[in-house]
Amino acid sequence: MVSTAQAVGRGSVVRPKVGRDDWIMRAYMLVIVLYLLVALAFPLYVMLSKSFETYAFRFDTVEFQVDRGEGWGETLNAMALGEGLGIVDPGTLVTTSDGRFPATSFFPDFSFRAKTLYRIRNTKEGSGGFLVKGRPATGTDWFELTSGEFRRVQIRPSQATGTGNYLSYFSTPALFTSIYNSLMIAVISTIVTVTLAFLYAYALTRSCMRFKGAFKMIAMVPILVPSLLAGIGLIYLFGKQSLVLKVAEWAFGEKTVAPWWDMLANGTYGPSEVYGPVGIVVASVFFTFPHALIIIITALSIADARLYEAAIALRAPKPRIFRTVTIPGARYGLISAAFVVFNLVITDFGVPKVIGGQFNVLAVDIYKQVIGQQNFQMGAVVSVVLLIPALIAFTVDRIVQKKQVALLSARAVPYEPKPSRRFDRTMFAYCCFVAFFILGVLAVCQYAALIKFWPYNLSLSLGNYNFDVMDGGGWDSYANSIQMAFYTAIVGTFMVFTGAYMVEKGKGFNSGRTGFQFLAMMPMAIPGMVLGLAYIFFFNHPNNPLNFVYGTMGILVICTVTHFYTVSHLTAVTALKQMDPEFEAVSQSLKQPFTKIFARVTVPVCLPAILDISIYLFVNAMTTVSAVVFLYSPDTTLASVAVLNMDDAGDIAPAAAMGMMIFYTNAGVRLLHAGLTRGLHRRTQAWRTT
Amino acid sequence: MSESGAGGKTDRTAYLRIEDLTKKFGAFTALKDVTLEIYEGEFVCFLGPSGCGKTTLLRAIAGLDIQTSGRVEQAGKDISALPPSERDFGIVFQSYALFPNLTVTRNIAYGLENRKASRAEIAARVTELLDLVGLPDQGDKYPAQLSGGQQQRIALARAIATSPGLLLLDEPLSALDAKVRVHLRHEVKDLQRRLGITTVMVTHDQEEALTMADRIVVMNQGVIEQIGTPLEIYRLPATSFVADFIGTMNFVPGTVSGTDRVRLAGVDLACESDGLAEGTAVTVAVRPEDIVVRSVQGGEENALEARIGEMEFLGSFYRADLVSEGLGEARLRADLSINLVRSQGINEGDPLSVLLPRERIRIYPGNAVHG
Ligand SMILES: Nc1ncnc2c1ncn2[C@@H]1O[C@H](COP(=O)(O)OP(=O)(O)OP(=O)(O)O)[C@@H](O)[C@H]1O
Ligand SMILES: [Mg+2]
Repeated sequence: MVSTAQAVGRGSVVRPKVGRDDWIMRAYMLVIVLYLLVALAFPLYVMLSKSFETYAFRFDTVEFQVDRGEGWGETLNAMALGEGLGIVDPGTLVTTSDGRFPATSFFPDFSFRAKTLYRIRNTKEGSGGFLVKGRPATGTDWFELTSGEFRRVQIRPSQATGTGNYLSYFSTPALFTSIYNSLMIAVISTIVTVTLAFLYAYALTRSCMRFKGAFKMIAMVPILVPSLLAGIGLIYLFGKQSLVLKVAEWAFGEKTVAPWWDMLANGTYGPSEVYGPVGIVVASVFFTFPHALIIIITALSIADARLYEAAIALRAPKPRIFRTVTIPGARYGLISAAFVVFNLVITDFGVPKVIGGQFNVLAVDIYKQVIGQQNFQMGAVVSVVLLIPALIAFTVDRIVQKKQVALLSARAVPYEPKPSRRFDRTMFAYCCFVAFFILGVLAVCQYAALIKFWPYNLSLSLGNYNFDVMDGGGWDSYANSIQMAFYTAIVGTFMVFTGAYMVEKGKGFNSGRTGFQFLAMMPMAIPGMVLGLAYIFFFNHPNNPLNFVYGTMGILVICTVTHFYTVSHLTAVTALKQMDPEFEAVSQSLKQPFTKIFARVTVPVCLPAILDISIYLFVNAMTTVSAVVFLYSPDTTLASVAVLNMDDAGDIAPAAAMGMMIFYTNAGVRLLHAGLTRGLHRRTQAWRTT
Repeated sequence: MSESGAGGKTDRTAYLRIEDLTKKFGAFTALKDVTLEIYEGEFVCFLGPSGCGKTTLLRAIAGLDIQTSGRVEQAGKDISALPPSERDFGIVFQSYALFPNLTVTRNIAYGLENRKASRAEIAARVTELLDLVGLPDQGDKYPAQLSGGQQQRIALARAIATSPGLLLLDEPLSALDAKVRVHLRHEVKDLQRRLGITTVMVTHDQEEALTMADRIVVMNQGVIEQIGTPLEIYRLPATSFVADFIGTMNFVPGTVSGTDRVRLAGVDLACESDGLAEGTAVTVAVRPEDIVVRSVQGGEENALEARIGEMEFLGSFYRADLVSEGLGEARLRADLSINLVRSQGINEGDPLSVLLPRERIRIYPGNAVHG
């Protein structure tokens, strides 16, 4: 026995030789880590530091001398001058990076015709300096200028680091009330969506109603359209020129309907109130419904029939079974769905932009600060504020999902519903109502897109499809969107799947793998608006060697792949985990390179998952607005952004028309995907055991 | 082909040499200073309870999970740090890991490709291998279309396709049902003998190890308890763990009472005391089938007066509990043949003289308590 405190045994410590394959896998993994750093971590870091970047005029470091024909007078400090004149107080000092202060303001008697000469200088290197003859001067040398030249001198703010932006954010009620608004909208939408989706999922899993397949398919429709289309549909249905009103008038006569409508209109949440919180909530429920539904269906379908049998054997009454068996079984699913919906709503930008009216929420604030006021620092502050709830929701969701997985792997006897006329009919009616609403929103958009001018000229026309005469990029934007979605699907699927393979099947190099996993999970927590803004800061920086991608299709693809990386990565990892871990070992023992097992076995076996990833990326690239709204250029306008811009410009019908184009494209691609998957299944069922 | 080894001969040179091999998973030591030699053409089984480190040792030999410290040498070459692809072995896993989307032929041919062999050569080799494992016309099927036993044989064919110097098998039979398993034991063993390939098989089934192995390595909690032929392991278990793990064993506490003598509660027995000092607390072990019942004379050496407690019918024999003043609280289980029970009319509660043959008694230092 060795009696020393040595940690290892008697033999010499082994440093495993890293094989050629391992090196290649590690190198490749590093490439993707690098990608995620550049496309995610660095931009976020830059954004975070931007939010702490403050700008203020440092007049105390600027000095003047004046020569009115009698030689140079005494040196005048700008701060002292300004205070004397009453034009400078602490309020005027704080500004943005674009803030400029004309030097002539310090000389009320200034006239550019006068023969007066001026001198100006900085007293401190590194403070903001001033623009002279169109060029920035930050040195401490005197500049001697004629009054004609002096007229154009602009004092620039000096940059500092501090919490100033946050202080001014939290002292501006117009800004920080958005936090409350956003949280309120998200919470209410979450409660409504989860409740509705639970009932719908309950009907699909626990009743014997008919047309379950169709109901399930209809419920997935909102995934195929940009979230803002829901807003547009609601405006047509319930807005000032409400289609519902028109139909009611047509059916019951104007006289009958008018008093009712007025009563509603004068109520707290009347039709004109569709612009505002109610509209946001309804549209949010519309577009988050399928996301919640998928999760809750999964949770409900893993229910263990034995529990129900036991409960029935104990003669528990139905409501009690529901309370003590159904709800606890679906508990994790419900919590997870709630957090996913919360996250989607609070980070969504399309819906509140279209239907929010004067009601401010965080995501729209970012847009307004950046696009409207060009106040990038404040945009960064709002982004950071928005990150907090999103991060919390994300973390809770991850924890809950882990528990759900544990439940899934436990063996259970699947529950088989038994027919019950009354229950099945109730459920059927409910599902009809929901399906009708979903299809109704789309139908109304399509209808509005096809008529000349709602509600005055109802004749059919394709005029609204003449996108080229509208604001938003025209048909090019549609072509761009398809191109972008296509690239995203191809590049994204390749990157996500190969990356997941390296991290799942690679050996050793644990620190690299952990880092990769962390980076791959991060995008889900980052709201699209935040990502887009971070990209502006990072890629648009003149010193960034990657600056050339700014304004190209490339940055849109990078941004979209990154934005939707996490879900794709998880799909890939799940598929890879189902592969026998010994495939690689066998291949190595037979001295074959990993590329062979990857190409010959892994990819063919995982092909359904690979197709799922690519369709997911394609559909989301078609519908995403939030991240790319900051990044498109005149050459790379996108259909989803065109919907937004046309709506913004008041061309609501064309916006609806474009939204429906996105829908048909996505629906078509989905059908193609279904066909491919089915064909694949037929071809491979010889070797697939299940 | 080299003859299959009768184990334990140390005059042969080792084909695989493992020295002071230690494997840690974080703070947990899965293998501790394992040293072992395996000879060319030998069939060695790693046997031990679940979690004792058998798979870990096998994977270290394969380079799939390289040891924390220690040496592995194959055919005179130090392979301790090499990745699997630079070692020379074929492997079969419990799951078989057959590639589901490739036909049987393509599975077997997988390792033959990229080796400068022509298509015709590969095809001929695959046919040869399919014949060898007795599945000549299953080449076009997919693994999912084969039975478990057939899949197992395909996995074996794939592992030996490239004629590796070493064959590693990790519980290759445990996923099969009992009948097929017994049948395949012979087939695998037969194949190994014909090819003369050095083979290491991991198993937790002692019957499998006893019937198939030339030598058995019994492991427990990351250390080797004993290495020996099946007969040595069974007859002369080196530790009380091995004695208990292999077959059935009676354990009775005792004390060394002199040279080659041990005292139980009320009786003195003659046995090999392995040089243990007088007064050492020991555990006395004897197998139920070694207890002699027929024609025992009272007063003979190691004879014991007992009474039959419960009798358990086990098909071809009875296993009887023996209660005796000489044993104190302890019980002995003895196997009584059906014949004996019938001819002597033995019943529960009857008195009986039994003999514990001196050469069949093993003693182990310490008071090991075994179930
Ligand atoms: N990757 C790992 N990380 C941590 N501990 C491990 C790992 N692999 C194995 N172990 C531990 O090492 C010990 C030995 O495991 P090993 O798989 O070698 O057992 P085994 O003898 O093959 O058992 P079985 O008969 O159940 O297959 C076990 O306690 C196991 O929990
Ligand atoms: Mg094992």
